[in-house]
Amino acid sequence: MNKPLRRVAIFCGLLILALLVRDNWLQFVRADELNAHPKNRRVQIERYANERGNIIVDGKPITGSVDSGDEFYKFKRTYTDGPMWAPVTGYASQAYDANQIEKIEDGILTGNDDRLFFDRTLAMFTGDKKKGGDVVTTLNGAAQKAAFEGLGNKTGAVVAIDPKTGKILAMASTPSYDPSSFAGYSGKDEKAWVALEKDKSKPKLNRAIREIYPPGSVFKVVTAAAALENGKVTDIDAKTDTPEGWKIPLSNKEMINHAKGCANASLKRALDISCNSVFAKLGDDVGRDKMVEMAEKFGFNAEQFTPVRSSASVYDKQADRGGNALSSIGQFNTATTPLQMAMVTAAIANDGKLMKPYMIDELRAPNVDLLKKTEPEEMSRPVSQENAQLLQQMMESVVTNGTGGNADLNMDGVKVGGKTGTAQHGDKNAKRPYAWFISYAKTAEGSPVAVAVIVEDSAGTSREDISGGGLAAPIARDVMKAVLKSRG
Amino acid sequence: MSVVTNTTTIGAIEAPSRRNTELALLAFAVVIPVFAYLNVGLAMDGKVPAGMLGYGLGLALLAGVAHLVVRKWAPYSDPLLLPLATLLNGMGLVLIWRLDQSPRLIATSMRLYKSFSPDAPSQMMYSAIGIAMFVGVLLLLKDHRVLQRYTYISMVVSLILLLLPLVPGLGADVFGAKIWIRIGGFSIQPGEFAKLVLAVFFSGYLMVKRDALALASRRFMGLYLPRGRDLGPIITIWAVSLLILVFENDLGTSLLFFGMFVIMLYVATERTSWIVMGLLMAVAGAAVVGSTASHVKSRVAAWLDPFGCLETATDQNMLNACDQMSQVLMSFGSGGILGTGLGQGNSDLIQFAANSDFIFATVGEELGLAGVMVFLLLYGLIVERGIRTSLAARDPFGKLLAMGLSGAFALQIFVVAGGVMGLIPLTGMTMPFLAYGGSSVIANWALIGILIRISDTARRPAPAPAPSPDAEMTQVVRP
Repeated sequence: MNKPLRRVAIFCGLLILALLVRDNWLQFVRADELNAHPKNRRVQIERYANERGNIIVDGKPITGSVDSGDEFYKFKRTYTDGPMWAPVTGYASQAYDANQIEKIEDGILTGNDDRLFFDRTLAMFTGDKKKGGDVVTTLNGAAQKAAFEGLGNKTGAVVAIDPKTGKILAMASTPSYDPSSFAGYSGKDEKAWVALEKDKSKPKLNRAIREIYPPGSVFKVVTAAAALENGKVTDIDAKTDTPEGWKIPLSNKEMINHAKGCANASLKRALDISCNSVFAKLGDDVGRDKMVEMAEKFGFNAEQFTPVRSSASVYDKQADRGGNALSSIGQFNTATTPLQMAMVTAAIANDGKLMKPYMIDELRAPNVDLLKKTEPEEMSRPVSQENAQLLQQMMESVVTNGTGGNADLNMDGVKVGGKTGTAQHGDKNAKRPYAWFISYAKTAEGSPVAVAVIVEDSAGTSREDISGGGLAAPIARDVMKAVLKSRG
Repeated sequence: MSVVTNTTTIGAIEAPSRRNTELALLAFAVVIPVFAYLNVGLAMDGKVPAGMLGYGLGLALLAGVAHLVVRKWAPYSDPLLLPLATLLNGMGLVLIWRLDQSPRLIATSMRLYKSFSPDAPSQMMYSAIGIAMFVGVLLLLKDHRVLQRYTYISMVVSLILLLLPLVPGLGADVFGAKIWIRIGGFSIQPGEFAKLVLAVFFSGYLMVKRDALALASRRFMGLYLPRGRDLGPIITIWAVSLLILVFENDLGTSLLFFGMFVIMLYVATERTSWIVMGLLMAVAGAAVVGSTASHVKSRVAAWLDPFGCLETATDQNMLNACDQMSQVLMSFGSGGILGTGLGQGNSDLIQFAANSDFIFATVGEELGLAGVMVFLLLYGLIVERGIRTSLAARDPFGKLLAMGLSGAFALQIFVVAGGVMGLIPLTGMTMPFLAYGGSSVIANWALIGILIRISDTARRPAPAPAPSPDAEMTQVVRP
């Protein structure tokens, strides 16, 4: 009986061998694939297993973590003033992943980032719980509040930048949403998420950076800058050679002005009362290529990373002469994010130097050690210092003598420059126009704040009353005031 | 012993008993699970678990008692079997205790039954009963050949055991499988014990009939077919047990019995044709069952494409099977080479049966590839020691019994681990010693007891020959 016994022994050995081979296949060859499988909840479980780090504004966290007592995802994200800060923080949801800062800095916030390796190792030895690091933002709580409350129940967005550094001070978008409402994964969270997805007013859209709008008249400052830089205008008070009713090239139409007194108006006067004919003609004089060059120096035709990605603003590179003339007054294909217009304003307020906008100031380890500090970085110099100061003169004139009176701060030693815009859009301009306002405040030490405001559509305002000066300027004023006050 | 004076025969050689080797190995088999227990406590609560001393002492006490009994009543037995079983049983206790702490499993239990009771304490009790069973086998079964006398009684007993779960009022339907009986507060799986009893019947019958089966046969299509009167009874018993198991939805056990039967038949008759016939019958059986039983269909679908069938599942049953299978695979995958460490994995995502059918997934996730291979080799060693015992046994009955038991053990490991790792479709059996379940632990301790008894008989030195009276009388006469 021993011969079959030996064979059976070999057979049993083969059975064990087959199991060993299968196990190697499973746990060695396929381990990564199985580990990263979308159905594998372990990644999510790990993300919420420990207290997540916080996003900090003015030294105080605007996020938090609560022990939800859940057996799968232990900690749940909470947000203070969620709707106000949502365009900055993004969301971190147990069911719907994360976006914006919550996603970009996920490694730091969860504590899984390689830069936190030392902390993790230390925690392992001291027996401490793993904890995420903090993200310190550049935002200004008071400015954000002014922006968010100024927008109120209107649809729109506000971006405020510190022109000297590029720090983003406020970024508001309405209507907004509360990221807390779907931070978990219960039926309630699902309902909130689905409702937001279905909402026609798109509350989850970050209008400040992810929506591009026709800029309308606020774009005229870019055309003015191009005219000055290219020597088409040297004296801003000199008369320009513009007939009232300037004929658009390659077209039978004439450029109509809403304002009176635009014929041969000086550049300064034309900006004060927002003459379409003057700027369309100037854009035509400068030419498409130079206009494109100027717009791109300000950041058009490129995505910006703050580090949250913004949509690229558009200045049409292929426009014909007529299209270029229309583009020069912010119509035709020109489209811009509020962030982009804030950058234009900031560059002018900063004497021609455009700083790269950013909103993450510092990354900190759980033990508050500094991991990374963002240094201000120069992005480009769209205009010379002299021309920037000429532009400032003109924009300040808009506030004192022109359409931007509502932005005046009436504070001693503070000069305010601005530009209004009422952007018509839709088929035959039939939709309710967008109200724009860009402005900056300037003291003897330079400019601490530049703001861009857009109010998309305002319930309860009659069509005739929609104007940049009326709707958007007061919001810009409040934001600037908040920044100046918080600086003491 | 004054064998030197005996000149007629070769004297008995004092074979080393290897009891001290066994004791040293047992020390490891107790210390390793105790450290594992400590590891789980530190990983999950950050402090030394309160029951550590009790657990360590309990395991050491059980191992010590078993060792002393072996030392006294089976001194020449194989030194590896007891430490291997102790180590597996001890690690099983740690793994079950670890899953007891899982907040997810506690919450699931609260949702479903409004109560939660940890399984580790009862498993500890079952282990104690198992060791008692082991001791009982060694004390009562002084010679395994005694079992030969109970060949036909074994047949009846095994059939009764298999039929018990079908008795109304006694049987309990748990998750679709009717393989439990409930007496008082306990549920017993008679199939686990039937495995042992059936092995006794097969050995006894085949030992008597093996020549008839091997030689008195007709040649048919190149195969030797034995006479009906020799093969009839055994085929009948086997077929009846299979039918019962199919009615009870217990495919794993029927596969196990079938495999055990074929192996023993082959060993007894030394005819390869049995293997061929066995394989043909297995294929035919699998085809019939696979195409008719819906729960088998689900499992085959889950085996072929666990992730894909999550989307294509046609009913809730299939969806559950696929979900379980994909969770198990991800558990193994997440373990990687070294595992997450005891107490730090998420194998409890498999939900219920995490501590019984799928306990091997916890090994995979928390101890990794390295740990799984160690466990497979430990099981492999038990099988190897069992087959060695069979080779060494001097009587055909002992040979067949040892072979049947170790072959069944090997098949069970293959069917369970292969099913859990997705090598073959899942059949719903449990890892011996590792998984939660009283019947399994007790029956497997009895199995180890029987193997130890056979190995003791096999390795026992030949008794010293009785002093020959002739040797005393005959004088060498010198001239």
